[in-house]
Amino acid sequence: MTAPQAAAREGSAAASTRILTGNQAAAYGAYLSQVQVVSAYPITPQTTVIETLAELYRDAPWPSRFVNVESEHSAMAACIGASMAGARAFTATSSQGLALMHELLHWASAQRLPLVMVNVNRALAPGWNIWTDQNDSLSQRDTGWMQLYCESNQEALDTVIQAYRVAEQVQIPIMVVLDAFVLSHTAEAVSLPSPEMVRAFLPPRDPPFRLDVEEPHAFGGLLTPDHYQEVRAKLHRGMEDAIPIWGEAERSWEAFTGRAYDAVVPYRTEDAEMVLVASATVASTARDVIDALRARGKKVGLLRVRLFRPTPHDALRLALRGIPRVAVIDRNISYGHHGIFFQEIKSALYDLPARERPGMFGYVTGLGGRDVTRGVILDAVGRTLSRDRAEPETVWIGRKE
Amino acid sequence: MRPDERLELRIHGRGGQGAVLASLILADAAHREGYHVQVFPEFGVERRGAPVAAFARLGRSPIRDRTKVYTPHHVMVLDAALVRSVDVTAGLQPNGWILLNHAGRDAGQDGSPLPEGPWRVATVDATSIAAEHGIGTSTAPIVNTTMAGAFARVTALVSIDAICDAIRERIGAKAESNIAGARAAFDAVSVRPAPTDAALQAMYR
Repeated sequence: MTAPQAAAREGSAAASTRILTGNQAAAYGAYLSQVQVVSAYPITPQTTVIETLAELYRDAPWPSRFVNVESEHSAMAACIGASMAGARAFTATSSQGLALMHELLHWASAQRLPLVMVNVNRALAPGWNIWTDQNDSLSQRDTGWMQLYCESNQEALDTVIQAYRVAEQVQIPIMVVLDAFVLSHTAEAVSLPSPEMVRAFLPPRDPPFRLDVEEPHAFGGLLTPDHYQEVRAKLHRGMEDAIPIWGEAERSWEAFTGRAYDAVVPYRTEDAEMVLVASATVASTARDVIDALRARGKKVGLLRVRLFRPTPHDALRLALRGIPRVAVIDRNISYGHHGIFFQEIKSALYDLPARERPGMFGYVTGLGGRDVTRGVILDAVGRTLSRDRAEPETVWIGRKE
Repeated sequence: MRPDERLELRIHGRGGQGAVLASLILADAAHREGYHVQVFPEFGVERRGAPVAAFARLGRSPIRDRTKVYTPHHVMVLDAALVRSVDVTAGLQPNGWILLNHAGRDAGQDGSPLPEGPWRVATVDATSIAAEHGIGTSTAPIVNTTMAGAFARVTALVSIDAICDAIRERIGAKAESNIAGARAAFDAVSVRPAPTDAALQAMYR
């Protein structure tokens, strides 16, 4: 009996703790959300998300359907159809699979469908690479999906459940992002919330419109210049509204489980002269680095960015205003420009008064699964503290010469 | 163990031998004994028969370090013949244990040598024990559970009872033969004397 089976068998038992991989934890999130339609196409390192869901279904079936498809494009199409019919739909993918979905990601968000998708960050080919970096998900920045980056397996489970609640409130799809292998295939203790608790937190989906043969509607019709812009402005507004609604979901989840994560997560930033900004598992390792530097009297802190879209402008400004130096570590790159979190955060801080605007330092590292070690993170801190001004070009760290 | 201390382990095996399951059994057992644990396979593509590795981190506080394991405290080797093709002691800390599935005290059945260096070496004939207990097939016994039992003995990090509970949780129907194998390996493991001061001095020269 595998750990997922054993836990599934416990059924309605109170919260229990299991050793689960990130992918298993994310699958538990979908299972506890009682997703009604799952459609997906296998791709490393995502595949075990769907395999775990299949095991859970085998051991304790719930009313749901798996739709077999021939590609990720079709998987997203199936989820869109299911969601339009009122179902809670789920999929998971990585890298090339996410890229293949691109056209339909726009469709899902503009149709205001509250899908939740797990994307396991994997570098894009060529050459073939199955290891982690963020260029696959960040390439979907402007598709109108919310994006959250997880740093632990517990967070992967919790975030999928939180995502359904928020997605269904704001009618916007959400991508929950996990680092390949570093989370997806790494096992650690995960506390499983009870099904009753999740039911109380996440009510059944109640869509305002749905495909229904008894009550016909037209979907996806012609949208002329008279109306298109207003419809898109509503999507944008929905994204902005999602920030406080996400906050409410965090408080509610915290009341149920004692756990909350928030959009941005400061760590030892009080009195900091330099704040490191990181996302996903790099932020997790960076906490150890910050502790070591604080122990040596260095006034450094960490800001972890969890919610990438919508951009939590106010939280970023509040956390970083007046900090002399801010160093952003990106496990991604916008070729010909900069690391993507770097450019976004720099933009968010530009409106601060000049005297409160931090000096911005950007570092790119860890592409294609290169390990982001404590040494690499220390290198970013050291370079930032040793310079008064940022170097104008993109700075690579942990790169072979 | 101080709260900020970490204990790192590496398991060498071949694709299909169950190195990843061995790491999960150790993780479950350590979790039962109150450790925070993190285990992961070598990141990449596995092929049956090719050398693979799995890793574990243990601590008394939540583990935030999500880098690879470079300097393990202990190493477990599921197939002693790997010693000839894989640097199984790479980064191994001085005085760390290297536990090998190995038929003899000095050389494997195929003549493969025991690693030489400032480490403590333990051997157990896990292949024979697994075969006697009908774990896997007689030509290809599965040694991960027996090796987990031996590991509990040499490192004393986790109890044999915790290992057996973890095996029961992970394996289900076939647990009892695996548990018997783990207990037999726990009793059978043999230990080579710790390295001399000269060997240690050579290490730090």
